[in-house]
Amino acid sequence: MSVEAKSVIGNVVENAKSVKIKKKSGIEKKENLTGLLFVSPMLIGVGILTLLPIIATFILSFADWNFIMGIAQIKWVGFDNFKALFENEGFLKSVANNLLFLLTVPLTMIFSLFIAIVIDKHVYMKSYFKVAFFMPYISSIVAIAVVWQVLFNPTDGPINQFLFSIGIENPPTWIADPSFALISVMLIQIWAAIGFNMILFLAGLQSIPKELYEAADMDGATAWDKFKNIMLPALSPTTFFLLITGIIGTFKVFDLIAVLTKGGPINSTTMLVWHLYESAFVDLKIGYASAIAVVLFVFVLIITLLQWVGQKKWVNY
Amino acid sequence: MEKKFTLRKLIITIITFVVSIAFLLPFIWMLSTSFKIEADVFKFPVEWIPTRWNGLENFKEVWLGQYPFALYYWNSIKVTVITTAISVIVSAMAAYGFSKVNFPAGKFLFLIVLTTFMVPQQSILVPQFILYRYLGLFDSHFGLILLGSFSVLGTFMLRQFFMGIHSDYIDAAKIDGAGHFRIFWSIALPIVRPAIATYAILRFIWTWNDYQNPLIFLRTDGLYTIQLAMQKFTSLNGEFYSLIMAAAVSAILPLVIVFIIGQKQVIEGIAMGGVKG
Repeated sequence: MSVEAKSVIGNVVENAKSVKIKKKSGIEKKENLTGLLFVSPMLIGVGILTLLPIIATFILSFADWNFIMGIAQIKWVGFDNFKALFENEGFLKSVANNLLFLLTVPLTMIFSLFIAIVIDKHVYMKSYFKVAFFMPYISSIVAIAVVWQVLFNPTDGPINQFLFSIGIENPPTWIADPSFALISVMLIQIWAAIGFNMILFLAGLQSIPKELYEAADMDGATAWDKFKNIMLPALSPTTFFLLITGIIGTFKVFDLIAVLTKGGPINSTTMLVWHLYESAFVDLKIGYASAIAVVLFVFVLIITLLQWVGQKKWVNY
Repeated sequence: MEKKFTLRKLIITIITFVVSIAFLLPFIWMLSTSFKIEADVFKFPVEWIPTRWNGLENFKEVWLGQYPFALYYWNSIKVTVITTAISVIVSAMAAYGFSKVNFPAGKFLFLIVLTTFMVPQQSILVPQFILYRYLGLFDSHFGLILLGSFSVLGTFMLRQFFMGIHSDYIDAAKIDGAGHFRIFWSIALPIVRPAIATYAILRFIWTWNDYQNPLIFLRTDGLYTIQLAMQKFTSLNGEFYSLIMAAAVSAILPLVIVFIIGQKQVIEGIAMGGVKG
């Protein structure tokens, strides 16, 4: 989940400016109470279900504990859990896989931009195409993963049968092959994410004023010129937003792994959240899992901060 | 200008159409397999239109068999509808409070709510799990519903819309003696109804498709939602691909319907907020 942080910050700053200092009065007190009443369900929910747990995550990352033991038996182990992270092959492999997975973000964006440009101006039946490319986004990852699992079946699956039939004797065994499994998962991820990216690019393209293209035509600009000098700059906020949310999204990948590969074969598709899930709910290593959670939190925090800084620097309006 | 390129446009449309069909092949394969007898599933070349129909039996087995989807459907509908309803109410109230009630603490509280948005849900799973066990919310639909009910995203989205309501409306109502709750209910909410519809549809899709929370916070078979049941069904019927595909079709279908009905809202909502579940 993410929202354009630029507008968030912008709004907050503006609001802060617009707050005028007023004298305290009965009306104001009443407004205060009413305001609190309106926002309190949200505040209580977020406080108990998000704020409290994130603090607990940090505290637990210094503990050695599991669900079965009583709270009294909690042991404090300092930075041991974090040290253990860097000695754990599963964790290191997860980080490496997460970094590789980043590749899906620009690839998805390139395909999506291309499709968006084509269906924005160059085709009939525009709404059919929107729905078609958007289908994977509304489908549940579980169902998608199950379907692809069968499609990727090494001997009987339609994909390999097709490859056999065109004369490829040793097609990859996809998710069964440690050196191909992650690539297979990445392919599915790209396929599933194209719709979302395309819709945002389309919205961006539609907001470009026609006059710009007309002016460019009069100057005899080529299609490439228009792409480079009109579309790309106009799409820079969208591009930047998709890049950031895409990167954050890759750090949260879980469903696909959990249903399709369970991190295997031999850890070849393990990723941060999968490793976290296994450590916490299979191995019951709460402290260690919390340390992973802290790392995940810090990764996402850094990227979010980068977004706030970068928004001003790199985005043209 | 436009007319000159009609032929070109037609050719591009045809090419794009072929690409889109290739893109949708996994769905087409899923749908066609769900109507086949098991022996025909892996026939090659693929029979896109089954020669031997077994659809009725497949879906009957999925819906009423050992792992009855009827029950899991009901669970999913219950959880999804209630989560969506509560989430819309809580978010709309907070959004109104943060935008139209002028109270000093509001700005600060809004900042706090926004900062929680950065927290990836997976990084708080463990404490949430411990908390749920402690509060007795673990393994209950109520607990699952609560997890999806407090959406910062929804609050932020709706707040943008409430801010667009001119304060003259509200001042006029105040002069007429209406309180904030009255204004919220009879003036503000009706104005932002399209935004609420958009958010509700998105929340519906995300909750229906959620796999992670049910996986961690439910244990009893009878409470499973459709996504969880889908996965259990797959491991149970490992070799019966026609049944698995019938289950997959069943899991996706309601959303395809919601999407087709609310297509405009979904696409606009996604484009407008740039939101992602």
